[in-house]
Amino acid sequence: MAPSITRLSDTQLDAMMRAYDGAIAAKRRQTILGFAILAVAVAIAAQVGEVDLGKFGANLHRFGDYVGRLAHLDSGAIVLSDVGEWFWGLRRWLWLLGETLLIAYMGTLMGALGGFMLCFFAARNLMGSAVVRFATKRFLEVCRTVPEMVFALIFVIAFGLGPVPGVLALAVHSTGALGKLFCEVVENIDMRPVDGVKANGGSWVEVVRFAALPQVLSNFASYALLRFEVNVRGAAVMGFVGAGGIGQDLIEAIRKFYYSDVSALLVLIVGTVMVIDLATERLRHALLGLERA
Amino acid sequence: MARRPRLSADPTAAAARHPALFRRVTRARIATVLVIAAMLGLFALGIVVLEFDGRRFVQGLFRLGEFVVFMVPPSTGNWATFMIYLHALAETVAIALLGTLLAAVPAIAVGFLAAENVVPQFVIHFLSRRFLDTVRGVDELIWALIWVNVVGLGPFAGVLAVASANFGAFGKLFSEAIEAADPRPVEGVASAGGGRLAAIRFGLWPQVAPVIASQVLYYFESNTRSATIIGIVGAGGIGLHLAEQIRTLEFQHVSALVLMILATVAVIDWLSTLLRFSIIGRRETVG
Repeated sequence: MAPSITRLSDTQLDAMMRAYDGAIAAKRRQTILGFAILAVAVAIAAQVGEVDLGKFGANLHRFGDYVGRLAHLDSGAIVLSDVGEWFWGLRRWLWLLGETLLIAYMGTLMGALGGFMLCFFAARNLMGSAVVRFATKRFLEVCRTVPEMVFALIFVIAFGLGPVPGVLALAVHSTGALGKLFCEVVENIDMRPVDGVKANGGSWVEVVRFAALPQVLSNFASYALLRFEVNVRGAAVMGFVGAGGIGQDLIEAIRKFYYSDVSALLVLIVGTVMVIDLATERLRHALLGLERA
Repeated sequence: MARRPRLSADPTAAAARHPALFRRVTRARIATVLVIAAMLGLFALGIVVLEFDGRRFVQGLFRLGEFVVFMVPPSTGNWATFMIYLHALAETVAIALLGTLLAAVPAIAVGFLAAENVVPQFVIHFLSRRFLDTVRGVDELIWALIWVNVVGLGPFAGVLAVASANFGAFGKLFSEAIEAADPRPVEGVASAGGGRLAAIRFGLWPQVAPVIASQVLYYFESNTRSATIIGIVGAGGIGLHLAEQIRTLEFQHVSALVLMILATVAVIDWLSTLLRFSIIGRRETVG
């Protein structure tokens, strides 16, 4: 038996088709309007940003040249032909790389401690006083919205050149970023342990220590590790403003056109960042596994 | 009725019943102490290696306090300077907008190439992923320095720097979004006789477009923050003024500039959140 398909009458079909066309046209109008607004914004931005496509086209080959020069030693040989010559400063660079990692580590640790101490004062469920909460939240906001480079610039003048201002800049910025994330974790905890400790006559500090802390610690550690990853990238460019680490040598090499040094330093930095990324990812998975067990 | 064991007020009895819970030295505790000791040891090493000096530190704190006092009230001196700063701020937003878009367009193409479900070719997939990782590993400021060498000082170098740094991140995010898409619409298009391009256009694209749009908006937001410092290396925007005023110790200007940046970032945040919600909301009503 052949299946029968009931065909709608033309009038019904027409009405449906009109409604469909109307809906499609409305959606299309919306899309076109969106793109028109975007195009206007881009045109204005291109004007303000002094975008000159002609100049860009004329100069684009220089990017290729630049990459080409990065791949060659001073003698004109390709870098891979003499790796020892390419990485001639490896000893110094590895030391600086270690310094960079140490800056990132100390900045992260100090930032995590700062965020840890402040997050409980900003959490809606643990801090009763709205004034304290508001003040803490605004403070954290300023810490994380002002870029770490700006803090570094100011700290370099206050504390002198060297890695110390770099550490402090990362610490302040991390305090803001981690404080907010920690606070969100704390606001999502199970409140029953809190009630339990309170019912047993526990003080606020005891509530934090025995009810909140055990629930949030692994999340805190995971966020801090993620921040460490970000801070390694940040520490690598701290040297641009004189705040220690490998950035100092990199900016010098770029400014003085030591091409093979630039590429060697970039290889070292990118490689380190990748290794750190993989390692922290492993650690974080292990931490989350610990929590589930 | 089962009788519940009575709670005892005597802690020694409880300890006798559950010895494991009351043991003072456990493996986990030893591990915790060791980890904390290692972290503190590394911290101490840092203090020595990075030459933390107590006296210099305290002096620095005092100077910092002085700076903060000098910062109030924020002021740009006169209106002409304010207008210069305002223009630099507009430049910063322009750098962020153009850089984000310039990164997003090619990243969509590469994102499709790097997605396993679109190009089931291991070599292409692997190579494009590693390429994106490398681009992502280089910081925006480093890109800015390189582009300043290529196209000269000015905001255009900043646009290219933001675009290069974001291109890597976008490519990765987009390819992940594409891989997470539901394969059924694609199969549906294919079973109705659609070719590969039609499958991507009508099966995949409607699913990933809102995700991509919302990620682009999110990055625009964060690029506005990072574009404020790109001027430090001469790639345009307000960073140049900020660095200059800090170095010449004009702290009233510094605080005014920081306030201007905070206000701009807040406005952009608000706008992009609004747009993001409207995009995601629309997807929910359709899907």
